[in-house]
Amino acid sequence: MLDDFFIRALVAGIGVALFAGPLGCFIVWRRLAYFGDTLSHSALLGVALALILQVNITAAVFVVSAIIALSLLSLQRRSSLSSDSLLGLLAHASLALGLVVLTFLPTVRVDLLSFLFGDILAVSVTDLVVIYVGGAAVTLVLVLVWRALFAATVNYEVAEAEGMRPDRANVIFILLMATVIAISMKIVGVLLITALLIIPAATARRMARGPEAMALVSAVIGVISVVAGLFASLEWDTPSGPTIVVAALVLFLLALLSVPGILRSHPQSHDS
Amino acid sequence: MIDRISPLLTLENVGLNRGGRWLVRGVDLTVRRGESVTLIGPNGAGKSTTAKIALGLMAPDEGQASRAPGLKVGYVPQKLSIDWTLPLSLWRFMSLTNRVDDPAAREALETVGISHLADAELRHLSGGEFQRALLARAIARRPDLLVLDEPVQSVDYSGEIALYELIGNIRRTFGCGILMISHDLHVVMADTDSVVCMNGHVCCQGPPRVVAENPEYLALFGARAAGALAIYEHAHDHTHLSDGTVQHADGSITDHCHPDDGHHDANASRENDHAG
Repeated sequence: MLDDFFIRALVAGIGVALFAGPLGCFIVWRRLAYFGDTLSHSALLGVALALILQVNITAAVFVVSAIIALSLLSLQRRSSLSSDSLLGLLAHASLALGLVVLTFLPTVRVDLLSFLFGDILAVSVTDLVVIYVGGAAVTLVLVLVWRALFAATVNYEVAEAEGMRPDRANVIFILLMATVIAISMKIVGVLLITALLIIPAATARRMARGPEAMALVSAVIGVISVVAGLFASLEWDTPSGPTIVVAALVLFLLALLSVPGILRSHPQSHDS
Repeated sequence: MIDRISPLLTLENVGLNRGGRWLVRGVDLTVRRGESVTLIGPNGAGKSTTAKIALGLMAPDEGQASRAPGLKVGYVPQKLSIDWTLPLSLWRFMSLTNRVDDPAAREALETVGISHLADAELRHLSGGEFQRALLARAIARRPDLLVLDEPVQSVDYSGEIALYELIGNIRRTFGCGILMISHDLHVVMADTDSVVCMNGHVCCQGPPRVVAENPEYLALFGARAAGALAIYEHAHDHTHLSDGTVQHADGSITDHCHPDDGHHDANASRENDHAG
């Protein structure tokens, strides 16, 4: 069954959507969309380094993303620059570095577009194993740190005062993000990973009553986006990665129009 | 288990320096089980900073902060905002930092009087309901020590009195220690074992009566403070009924209470001044 490239693409995409959904909720809750972007930009540097050093691309992307994310965390603590400036600095510096490093390759055998936008139709059985084993590990760890991570998202100081070790949960969260980007880069590409993390979660917000429900709903919406996007790309011969994101966007818009009360909800936090 | 006598929390000569400026310095305080300690002082006096050092959220630059091993804390922070992207019901909020069993959560919500809101989204609660929600969450986990940073902010005046009475009851029922930050001199002074009056340093501390007569305290809080003791020592001469009317000590019921309506004594009129 897995002999067919389209089936492999479906299985791979569903796997990525399943674990990207719950993690994407934290990106939405913590307003980390730009952080996700920064990590996926740094993935390109990881690809370039992997090609030069001739090491495994997924592993290199993970290491580079993790280093960028952890250095952001420590820069935030001691730097006087604001978080968004730091993110911009890291995102574009690593993207530029990646592009510069790529030109030093003797023969550029790299299809840059496939790393930017993904090449889900070229997924191998080995990739499937990486996606499902990695995805299962990410989900398991996320379940284990869920309460601490969620408490730290609601209020860091309450979590810390009440013994939740939010600092540890945050580092684990960053490593999970780096893992997800490393294993899903091949599927949707570095530029679209953030979209697959955020759009299903944003759609789920319209439907879910609790944080756990929102995580599950966003996983389901991600799966629907992948399936719909892949069939659409087959039907109209469009690039698969971007088509998946367009499918996710269509679901978001449908939820926006069909769930009552959305237009009344105000994007303001509880201040009063 | 923490024994009954040794302190839950001890700060010894604690100071915190940021950018060459001492936010607080020379703070000594101890909270024991069943004991209530209140920090008072003007804005910027370092009350919240002191509480954060006590909780271990900030490491002191001098002095020692120590907590009993295994101390279980319930914390009501001064500020907590719920992002609109977070679908969070009051009921789920009760189990934020540890799983709370249903009876304990329900009891805590009933204690603060918002059990009817259990399914409501947290960010749709009013200011007063939200403060009660924070308090309910903190007590549901049966803490050894409650740390309350201005627990009655944005609660109306009669609600304020009720909440302070509630906090007093919690201490007696659960036997936990309480470290509270407050501006409401008159109520605080009535039901606390020890008052720490701060202004970057500890101006004076001790039982309420002693602090109330301290010249530094009087200088810091001025004329309002002079009456504080008298105000909190007066007996309630009227009750606000649930329908909004007021029942006075002589049994009569009116729509409102006014200082000069003949139902009040002189002290109560000050109370109304404050409310207005």
